[in-house]
Amino acid sequence: MSILKELQKASLSPTAGLTGPDKHPMDDFLRMDRMPHIWCSTCGIGVSVNCFAKALEKLGTPLDDVVVVSGIGCTGRVAGYVKVDSFHTTHGRAIPFATGMKLANPKLKVIVFSGDGDIIAIGGNHFINAARRNIDITVICLNNFNYAMTGGQVAATTPEGAILSTSPYGNFETPFNLPFLAESVGAVYVARWTSLHVYNQTNSMVEAMKKPGFSFIEIVAPCPTIFERQQKMGDGLDRLRWYCENSEIQTEPKTKDADIGLRDKMIVGKFVDIERPTYLDAMNAHYQERLGSKYKVYEG
Amino acid sequence: MKADPKGVLTGSHYIDGDFACCEGALAAGCRFIAGYPITPSTEVVERFARRAPLVEGALFIQMEDELAASITLQGAVWAGKKAMTVTSGPGFSLMMEHIGLAAMTETPCVFVDVQRGGPSTGLPTLPSQADMMQARWGSHGDYEIIALSPNSPQETFDLVIDAFNLSEQYRVPVMFMMDECVGHMMERVVIPTADKIEITPRRFTKLPPGEYLPFKPGEDFVPDMFKAGDGYRLHVTGLTHDYRGYPVMTPEVQEQLVHRLVNKIRLNAPKIWRYEETGVEDADVVIVTYGITSRVAVEAIEAARKKGLKVGMLRLVVVWPFPEQRIFELASRGKAIVVAEMNYGQVFYEVDRSARGKAPVILAGHGGGTVHNIEDIVNKIEEAHKCRS
Repeated sequence: MSILKELQKASLSPTAGLTGPDKHPMDDFLRMDRMPHIWCSTCGIGVSVNCFAKALEKLGTPLDDVVVVSGIGCTGRVAGYVKVDSFHTTHGRAIPFATGMKLANPKLKVIVFSGDGDIIAIGGNHFINAARRNIDITVICLNNFNYAMTGGQVAATTPEGAILSTSPYGNFETPFNLPFLAESVGAVYVARWTSLHVYNQTNSMVEAMKKPGFSFIEIVAPCPTIFERQQKMGDGLDRLRWYCENSEIQTEPKTKDADIGLRDKMIVGKFVDIERPTYLDAMNAHYQERLGSKYKVYEG
Repeated sequence: MKADPKGVLTGSHYIDGDFACCEGALAAGCRFIAGYPITPSTEVVERFARRAPLVEGALFIQMEDELAASITLQGAVWAGKKAMTVTSGPGFSLMMEHIGLAAMTETPCVFVDVQRGGPSTGLPTLPSQADMMQARWGSHGDYEIIALSPNSPQETFDLVIDAFNLSEQYRVPVMFMMDECVGHMMERVVIPTADKIEITPRRFTKLPPGEYLPFKPGEDFVPDMFKAGDGYRLHVTGLTHDYRGYPVMTPEVQEQLVHRLVNKIRLNAPKIWRYEETGVEDADVVIVTYGITSRVAVEAIEAARKKGLKVGMLRLVVVWPFPEQRIFELASRGKAIVVAEMNYGQVFYEVDRSARGKAPVILAGHGGGTVHNIEDIVNKIEEAHKCRS
């Protein structure tokens, strides 16, 4: 058999052609030929990928127009498993890659799916500038409070007191409050949910993807292999129970109150939902005003 | 195919190399620049920022840093644009990781480096040619790129077009190695009509989704491309990947991929090499040089000839891949070689290696900040002549 045929065969989903109960509803959305995935049991990333698939279904945008961009890390592997055009870029730089893609072809629906270390620490400069410019992309940030792929180091999001391999005596740095940061730099949509809140998470993803401009969702997710184990918080299920008991859903939450303490109650919900011209809308309006008929509206 | 007239500013212009670089890019079909200001390259993006709104489909964005600029352009390329970024020494250092990404994902794009004195902040407003090895192998891992070096604003215009064409043909990031002198030198630049400019279109696959494998190479070791939104729903990663684009962490797939990334330039090198020779045939001493230094070398050759020395010049237009075969031929014929470059030995070592001991190879180098003194090159020519006899 030729290599081409072998590879073609390999790239077919194991359940391709099946219908009814044998076919999993996520088959069309996932690269089944890449299963099993690398994520640990009861990790929160798979939950969010499932929510994302449902959100795309609800949104109704043709999957051919959807692009997922990831950086590096556990959540950075999302791009590799979703069956849309997907780009696994460098550490921290998913947002500028997505920026180039969206500006080059505004018809694409571009979603950045990556972790807290990737988006907020090494990629923090790109996060604040893309939000400021109001680039029309959705950023889904899985926050598991540590660098999990490299074995559990302290992060810019690690709550004070948490013990990790590079904070062996407990973290003494102040972590970022992500919704507060996102709002302050101009994000038009900001929400936070946990892996427990699958319906809310899915609905927020739909709203965020519908929203023109820079939308941001923080998902607080368990990392039972490292974070919860190190803090003696039990396994992923224990953590979901903890989320259930300690997440406070407020009707009009304020981002300034959204700090996360290691064992404190935390605010979840939709924080920001405002209107602001996107980068391309602002650019087109500005050049039309300044250059008049010499300017042809940029459409990609 | 021919250039799109919308980007071609046909006529005779009195502009500097940086402006010529911008016009060359527009003529080549570049419609996306992600930039970040840095002396002495800034004029390229200043001109593009002014020109882009008047060229349909063109967009300029000034990013927050060079890390962003060097990957934003790759996002644009995978969405279908021809794109480049422009920088100088410190910014070029920041871009290295993304040059590696472009090499690994075979993203056709152009990186312009208007070289200034270094290391570190060095001499922001003064020239050097000390980024040549960084251009070749600055990112980690094993890969090959193409690098070109113009010696005038006119050649800058002409060569940027070639840089884009080569990047499309071989799907590599192409390093466009200018220097502060060429960047800021004002000369006449003649821009032809669009129908006189040859453009290499992107090698998009003709295979339908399902049949097309994004990293399966053709006969020239280069795979055909797709773009986001075309319905292929494929994966592109900086991880080691198989023909499908899927990550595979095995020595076998690493070997298959990396060997091809290196070979697609090494085995195609004879088609890519480009150099200009003057007076080489009867010369006893050959000066190998490139960029602005080649123009100083012309004066040095004249002075040496007045002293009765037979001197010729080989000017590298494409610096990487390096024409080692030609250097070996010249060395084998007993010609002594002087390598004139604005650094303390980068291309020099490549020439020395290629000569394989057949002839003396002498460096006429200095730390940068200004072009060579003509006398310094003449002295090296005399030294080389003595070594030879």
